[in-house]
Amino acid sequence: MVAIPSRHRSLVLLTIVVVVQVLLLALQITRESQGSLIRVWTVSAVSPFERAGAWGVSKVRGTWRHYFALSDTARENERLKQENDALKLQISQLRAKASEADRLAGLLNFRETQERVPMVGARVIGSSADANSAVIYLDRGQHDGIKKNMGVITPDGVVGKVIESFSDTAQVLLLTDRDSGVGAMIEETRIQSPVGGTGEPLLSMKYVSNDDEVKIGEHVVTSGMDRIFPRDLPVGTIAEVKVGAPPFKFIRVRPSAQLEKLEEVIVLLTTDPVVMKKKTGGSDSAAPPPQAKPAVKDTAAKTAAGKRSQEQAAKPADNPR
Amino acid sequence: MNDAFDLRSGETHIEVHKFRGGTILFATIFALLVQAFLPVYWPKVATLDLPLLITIYFGLSRRNPSTGLLLGMVIGLLQDSLSKTPLGLFGIAKTLIGYLASSIGAKLDTEHPAARFALTGVFFALHQGIVVLVQRLLLAHAEPWFTIRLAVAALVNAAVGVVLYFFLDRLRKS
Repeated sequence: MVAIPSRHRSLVLLTIVVVVQVLLLALQITRESQGSLIRVWTVSAVSPFERAGAWGVSKVRGTWRHYFALSDTARENERLKQENDALKLQISQLRAKASEADRLAGLLNFRETQERVPMVGARVIGSSADANSAVIYLDRGQHDGIKKNMGVITPDGVVGKVIESFSDTAQVLLLTDRDSGVGAMIEETRIQSPVGGTGEPLLSMKYVSNDDEVKIGEHVVTSGMDRIFPRDLPVGTIAEVKVGAPPFKFIRVRPSAQLEKLEEVIVLLTTDPVVMKKKTGGSDSAAPPPQAKPAVKDTAAKTAAGKRSQEQAAKPADNPR
Repeated sequence: MNDAFDLRSGETHIEVHKFRGGTILFATIFALLVQAFLPVYWPKVATLDLPLLITIYFGLSRRNPSTGLLLGMVIGLLQDSLSKTPLGLFGIAKTLIGYLASSIGAKLDTEHPAARFALTGVFFALHQGIVVLVQRLLLAHAEPWFTIRLAVAALVNAAVGVVLYFFLDRLRKS
C-alpha cells in the first residue's frame, strides 16, 4: 500500500468522490434505470413532509384568509358601520370559497365532458429542488395508475408530462422547462410546429417558416402528433412574432395554463391517442388522430416540415433519463 | 471534537467551530424541504439555492476539506434526487464547493458579514459554472454560461446567506 501524506488525503478523497459521481452520471446516460433507487428513496422520504406541508399551508392559508387577513380590513373599517363589517367579512369568506369551488367545479366539469378519456385529478405538493428545472410533484402516483410519459393538463391547457412515477407521488416536467416539448399547431391556420420550453415563462414555437403568416393573439393547440396529448387542447397564445434566422420565424407563446400557480391538475391516464370533446360547440369530433399535413409552400417550408416531424417523433423520449 | 479550538499559524488565528448534535442533519433536511416546497406557493423562492448555502456555511465553519466535500456530495445527491437532473450533477458541483469552502475557511477568517457576502456570491457563481460545465461536457446541454438572472441570483443568495449564517451561528457550541 502506498502511504498518502495526510495533507493530500482530502484531495485524494475529492478526486475519488468526483470520479465516482461522474461515473454515476455516465451510467445514467447510457442506462435508463440505473441510479433511480436513491431517487425513489429520497422522494419517498420527502413526499410525506411535502404532503403534510401542503396540508398545513392550505390550513394556515385558510385561517389567514378567513380570519387574520381580514383584521386589517376590520381596522380600516372601524369608522364604518358594524353591519358593513359583517357584510364584508361574509363576502370575503364567500369569495374565497367561491374561488375554490369554481376551480374544483372547472376540474369536475372538464372530467364530466371528457368522461370517455381516463383521467385522475391530483394536487401539486412540491416543486424541483433546483431553480433551473421546471418540475412539480403530485400527490398521486403508480397506485392511481399514473405512468411515465402521461400527459398532465388543467381545463385551461397543457401543463406538462409525467417523467417519473413513484408509488404515491409523480414527478411532472412542466411545459416551460428547457427539455420540455409538445406537438402543436396554430388553431386558425393549422400550421404545425413543436412548442418547447425555454426556461422562461414564455414558450418557443420553433419551426414555423418565415413564409407562413402568424399573428399575435392566435391560439396554439396540441396537434396530437407527439402521442402524449390529445389533439386540440389549448397550449397557449402567440405573444411575440419576429422574422428569425432563416428559414424559421422567432415565435414566443404564452402558456394557457397558469404554470406558476398550479394547485390542482389532471393526469391523462393513457399514453394512447385519444380524441377529446371540445369545451364549446358540443360536437364530439370522432376524427382519427391527425396526419402530418403541414402547409408546405416552398423549400424552406419543406425543411421546416421535416424538422417538425423529426422533433415531434423524438419528443416523447427527449428526457435524458 | 466537542469544543471549539483554534488553528494558529504565525499571526493567523482561525477558529474551527463545532455545532450542537444534529444541527447539520437538521439544517440539510430543512433546506432541502424548503427548497422543494416553498416554490409551489412562492415561485420567486426558486431563485434561492438553500442547499448550496448550507454547504458553504458548514464548509466555512468546519474548515475540514474531507468533511466539507462529503457533506457537499450528500446534499448535492439529495438535491439531484428531488430534481429532474441526473444523479451526480449537483453532487459534483456541491462536492467541489464543499471542498473549496472548507479549504478557504481553513486559511481565512470568514466570520465578517462582508467576507461571507463576497464568498457566497463567488461560490454561487462558481457552483453554476460547474453545473453548466458538467451539463455541456457530459449531458450535451448547451446551457448559457452567464445570464443577468444568474447575476441577480448570486446577489440574492449572497444576501440571504449572510442572514441565514447569522442564525446558524446561534447553533454553534460556545
